[in-house]
This record gives sequence, C-alpha cells and structure tokens, in this order.
Amino acid sequence: MSRWRTARIASQEHPSTGLVRLRLDVDDWPGHSPGQHVVVRLRAEDGYTAQRSYSIASAPSEPAVEMLVERLPDGEVSGHLHDEARVGDVVEVNGPVGRWFVWDGESPAIAVVGGTGVVPAVSMLRHARDRGTSDALRVVAVARTWEALPYADELLDAGAFVALTRENLDGRVAAPPYPDEVAPLLDALGNDVQAFVCGSTGFVAWATRTLREQGVPESTIRVEQFGVTG
Amino acid sequence: MTEPPVTRGFVGRRRPARPDRLPPGQYDAGEQWPVLAAEPTPLVATDRWSLTVDGLVEHERTWDWAGLRAEPHERLTVDLHCVTAWSRLDTGFTGVRVADLLAEAGPLPDATHVLAHSSTGYTANLPLADVLDHPAWVVWEAQGAPLTPEHGGPARLLVPHLYLWKSVKWVSRLELMDHDDPGFWERGGYHDRGDPWREQRYQGDP
Repeated sequence: MSRWRTARIASQEHPSTGLVRLRLDVDDWPGHSPGQHVVVRLRAEDGYTAQRSYSIASAPSEPAVEMLVERLPDGEVSGHLHDEARVGDVVEVNGPVGRWFVWDGESPAIAVVGGTGVVPAVSMLRHARDRGTSDALRVVAVARTWEALPYADELLDAGAFVALTRENLDGRVAAPPYPDEVAPLLDALGNDVQAFVCGSTGFVAWATRTLREQGVPESTIRVEQFGVTG
Repeated sequence: MTEPPVTRGFVGRRRPARPDRLPPGQYDAGEQWPVLAAEPTPLVATDRWSLTVDGLVEHERTWDWAGLRAEPHERLTVDLHCVTAWSRLDTGFTGVRVADLLAEAGPLPDATHVLAHSSTGYTANLPLADVLDHPAWVVWEAQGAPLTPEHGGPARLLVPHLYLWKSVKWVSRLELMDHDDPGFWERGGYHDRGDPWREQRYQGDP
C-alpha cells in the first residue's frame, strides 16, 4: 500500500565530497529487508513536491533508516539534502519498496557492488552480523579509489573483498577483481547461490559477465542498475 | 486528514515551463535517458528474436524479426514517464501498433487484460484497453537508430501513456487473459495500471 510517512532527519554526515549520509526517524516505520529502498519526498511551501528513491544502508534491527545521497549535477533533491537540509528537518518517506532485490538473511548469497551501489550490501552485511549468518554472505565491492568507495572501512571490517581499479590497496595492485579472486568466494558458498549486482550500467555489465564466467546461472542474478545514456 | 508536512527550506527547481507535459511529481530529464533494469541485459540476436500473441485469441500468432518489420509501421514521437520520477519528452520511435498485431490474432470477447512477457522472464500486466484503445506499439528504433539492448532492443513494448515499467523491454510474448494477473513490479507493490497523470505509482494509489 502506498503510504507516506513523516520522517525527521536524525543525523547528517558528509563522509566524503559529494556524499551525504542521512539517518531518518520515520513515524511507524514498518521495517525493511536488506536490499530494499525508500522513496523520499520533499514539499515546498507552495505544495510543489519532488521525490527520489534511495537504497537503504541500515540493518532491519536499526531504529533509523539510513541512506546515502550522492550529489548529482544540478540535482534538485540531492542538492537540497546536501546544502540546505539540517538535523530535525521533516521530509516524507514511502516504503520500503521492492521485493526482488532482497536478501532473506540466510540463503547463500554474493553481492557484487560498485561505487555508490555498495549501499544495499552494507545493509546485507549488517543484517548478517546481527543474525550470525555472515558465513552465508560474500561481498565484492569495487571502486576507482578508496575515496570513491562509500563505507570503505566498514566494508573491509565486515570481511568484504575490496578491489580498487585506480589505486593500490595494501598489497593489491589497482585492477578490477580477477576471476581467481572471485572464485574462492563462490566456492565457499556452495552450489545454490543467489547473486546481487548493484552499480552503474557499465559496472553491472562487467559484474554479470564475470559471474556468468564463474558458472553462476543468469537466472539467479538480480540486478539494481542506475545510469544514463544520452 | 492532516496537511502533509512542508520541508523547511525546500524550494525546488523552477516550475516546469511546460506543466501540461509533465505529470505530477515528474521532472524533465532533458536529453538524458536513464537506464533502470532488474536483471542482466540480454543480448537477443535478431535471427533468434520472435514475438508471440497467445492466450485468449482465435489463433496464436508468432512474428520473426523480418515478419515484424514487414508489418505496416510508423514513426512516432512521445513523452516517456518513469515511476522513478524522470520524464523524457519528445522521444522518437519506429514501430508497429499493438492493436494491429492483436487484430491478426483475433482477441476473444472474454479477453480483458494482457500480460506482456520479456525474454528475461520479466512481466507487466495491462488492461487490454490500454493497448487497444490507446496508442501502443512494439518498437525497434529510437531516436533514428536501432533500439539498443539496454533500452530493450531488438524490440520493446511502448505504452507511453502509462509509467515506463509497463513498456516491457525485450518483449517476447503478449498473453491475453480474462483477468488481471500482477506482473513483476506489480507483485512488488507497484500499481496495476500506472497512469502517470493520476500518479498511480504504488498499489493503493487512487
């Protein structure tokens, strides 16, 4: 059912240039599953509204709904949430939305995520930690640089495999994940793996091809893709 | 009903210059054409492509690639409205009217809905009237060039008066039914009809 709920900004952080992390206290929040998203609606004095969708980073156990907003060029909503929004401000929230790109918290799963597409994987990792099911989840997180990888420290601490493509990370030379880096993660999960891929159009094409080459059936790959063509 | 809350300090972009073209809650994406998808983009070769109309029809019909393009077709220019709030105005396509394809199969009188299938397994449900009484097409060109895989090529459904998730990419089958059967997003909480002018985004929207 469509239902807009009133939400208050409970915290606001700028983890890096171009990103703002918001936690929202949502009235009567019904709870969510890792992988779902919310729709945020802003309303001007004259009744004009604008709404956008954001993936949820928080675990179902957390009282606030956490999301990451990337500043887009001339972004009407992202610009407001970056520059004008303050703790205590009111917005409206609809959701959670989505039943497809959802991890159940226990079935063997691999999430291959890139750039700001890491957000649903953060929710999955936190949920796995809460439930004690971390053995069922593997995460491959890819970004150009450490700075461009949201939640970088948290991902590493939670055991995600992190590949940077434009700079070295500890001993690892800059490159996309190699097949022999992905294969052991899949081997650890067994045969019946659900795959989640989230990122830009180009990243999704790369990730799905890589998973196919590793023998993951196309029918088990679920995608959340964002991108633009002219 | 209490008044919906105003967000302090939110002004919003200048109101659209052509409000008659933008449904409520939508913004003009200009020349950009965002790509959203729930599954890997399939690469469907045209020599393996086909479209079948079946279900409640007098005779099932299947078109191969050459057969589809041999049907009378037209160039059209429409506005696209995605439920994620972007709209793309004045987008050009080439394709065949769905009503013409269905006429060749002969819908039976008890057919009321159509379930559009993609070769990926994606589905979307539509009232039959939305593809018979409103302009709707199966298209293979966009902006004067072959429809690219990420936009649903070789061919996709195009039902521009409804939110774009109804315009099934990589369309492979139109199944006529005597009842409404929720499709992929509709099972996930999205609206069964999806009229952008009535802002029918989610189940329960009027």
